[in-house]
Amino acid sequence: MSEILLIAEHRQGQLRPVSLELVGAAQAARRSPSERIVVALIAQDAAGLVPSVSVAGVDEIVTVRSPVAEFEPEIYERAVRALIEARRPALVLLAHSVDSFGFAAALAADGSCGFASDIFKIEYDSNGKLVATRGGYGQKVAVEVDFPDKNVIVLAVRSGVFRAPEGSAAPQVAAFQADLGRPRTSSVGFIESSSADDVDMSGAEFILAIGRGIGEQANVERFRELAETLGATLGCSRPVADAGWLPKSRQIGQSGKTASACKLYVAMGISGAIQHLAGMKHVATIVAVNSDAGASIFSVAKYGIVGDLFEVADALEQHFK
Amino acid sequence: MKLLVAVKQVAALDEDFAIRADGRDVEPDFLVRDLNEWDEYSLEEAMRIKEAAASPVEVLVVCVGPQDADEALRKCLAKGADRALRVWDEALAGSDPIAIARVLAAVARKEAPELFFAGVQSSDHAFAATGVATAGLLRWPHAAVVAALNYTPGAKTAVVRRELEGGALHEMQIECPAVLTIQLGINAPRYASLRSIKQAAAKPIEVLGLGELGLAPSQVGEAGSAARVRRMYIPDRGRAQMLKGSLEEQAARLAQIIKDAAGSAR
Repeated sequence: MSEILLIAEHRQGQLRPVSLELVGAAQAARRSPSERIVVALIAQDAAGLVPSVSVAGVDEIVTVRSPVAEFEPEIYERAVRALIEARRPALVLLAHSVDSFGFAAALAADGSCGFASDIFKIEYDSNGKLVATRGGYGQKVAVEVDFPDKNVIVLAVRSGVFRAPEGSAAPQVAAFQADLGRPRTSSVGFIESSSADDVDMSGAEFILAIGRGIGEQANVERFRELAETLGATLGCSRPVADAGWLPKSRQIGQSGKTASACKLYVAMGISGAIQHLAGMKHVATIVAVNSDAGASIFSVAKYGIVGDLFEVADALEQHFK
Repeated sequence: MKLLVAVKQVAALDEDFAIRADGRDVEPDFLVRDLNEWDEYSLEEAMRIKEAAASPVEVLVVCVGPQDADEALRKCLAKGADRALRVWDEALAGSDPIAIARVLAAVARKEAPELFFAGVQSSDHAFAATGVATAGLLRWPHAAVVAALNYTPGAKTAVVRRELEGGALHEMQIECPAVLTIQLGINAPRYASLRSIKQAAAKPIEVLGLGELGLAPSQVGEAGSAARVRRMYIPDRGRAQMLKGSLEEQAARLAQIIKDAAGSAR
């Protein structure tokens, strides 16, 4: 019987929530309800993680003992390769995440399986061939891909698209023996992001965020004043933090903070890279101001103004004085 | 001592564009090409290692692409790369990251660098796959999303920090030679001076075909890829309600939206 194999992720002893979204993706992607959904746990203490993946929809959990506690790309690559060879799943799903950036493509490099990344839709054509959809050209187009002559397909799935199932279950648990060898990388430790700036972006309810469109560092002050006048917390997109114009603690997005408590988000000069949207697209009221009418930010915003940031800032400020 | 930097000439879409007649890509006339943003950072990282080294280090930039990709390579030469190499064959059209990696791995075997750099992803198709697929073919150690690197040329290991979701860093030691995919913000890329741009225009770019790398046409292009594009289309997307009128009218409306929404938020 065919199965869908999911590769769970964990860090510092905790399951990463995106792993459960893979269960939702597998439910959406299976050809028939009889297709089994199997979760692989590759960990030093796999048993300790079993309860966190014992969720509705999972038919089986397969544990693979890793010689190391934290993620090492070669350990994951070897373990998943061994699982694919032993179980011949039709489909392998993993998260499009920092960890799988480290090994997923290497699995496909020998030509043995189909592979595509950042997938947000999985379906079958009239001939029963799997078709996966991703974005292209800065997410301005959708791209359907297929996998001619591949018996195993590995897909890295975009986070925040598929829903984690609700409710727990008691799937069977089996141990899988694999010689994972010695990794040529070794974990030294984790460094939490620290900053002299103790702003709490996750807790902010009203955020004014600035992006590359502000042009230069000297202009940050203009928007800091505007944020103060409006009563907003000043945030930014990645290029502003990378350039050192604002501290990293104010960056919204995948590798920054999520605007968890935010109800009103005013984005000025932010084009809307997918990594930025991941941190704010859920906000109820998003307003975007950008000089480029084609900017991706307008696809998630409720209201938009195409215009000059500085002129809009000046005119807007008049209403709050 | 050699550092290899794999670069891509990416394509951005013009404001208006059209899908190609076969429905599988965009009409090339609507593409605006440039060096991938991530690659500016990996080149800079290689240049910094070179400039801090006690012994000579060669920085080699490699691009898989047709002749117009020379522009991306010249940009790298202008920033100080020592050599530029471009690989092309018509059979490479339609290649996915796995097929491109097959070419890059062949170049790496030939050139034997101590470190192989690639960007985390490209700004056009954002596969986040080419560098690590290359490592898989070479069977070299690899680390992805590197936001800090400590390496002394000739050392047997390097120390990298992977940038994780949420901004925390994971420090790892890695054996060399290794493949590293470099994240934005790891450094501040330099600008090329006008003088060096002029000099770069006169520098040679080595060009190789598949045969010189021991590759067959069937190993690249669609035949050598892990995925094939079926269809490209413009998705139906949510669209903001655009505020119309004069600047004053737009600002007044925006102020009202902010006051209404912030009333509950503040």
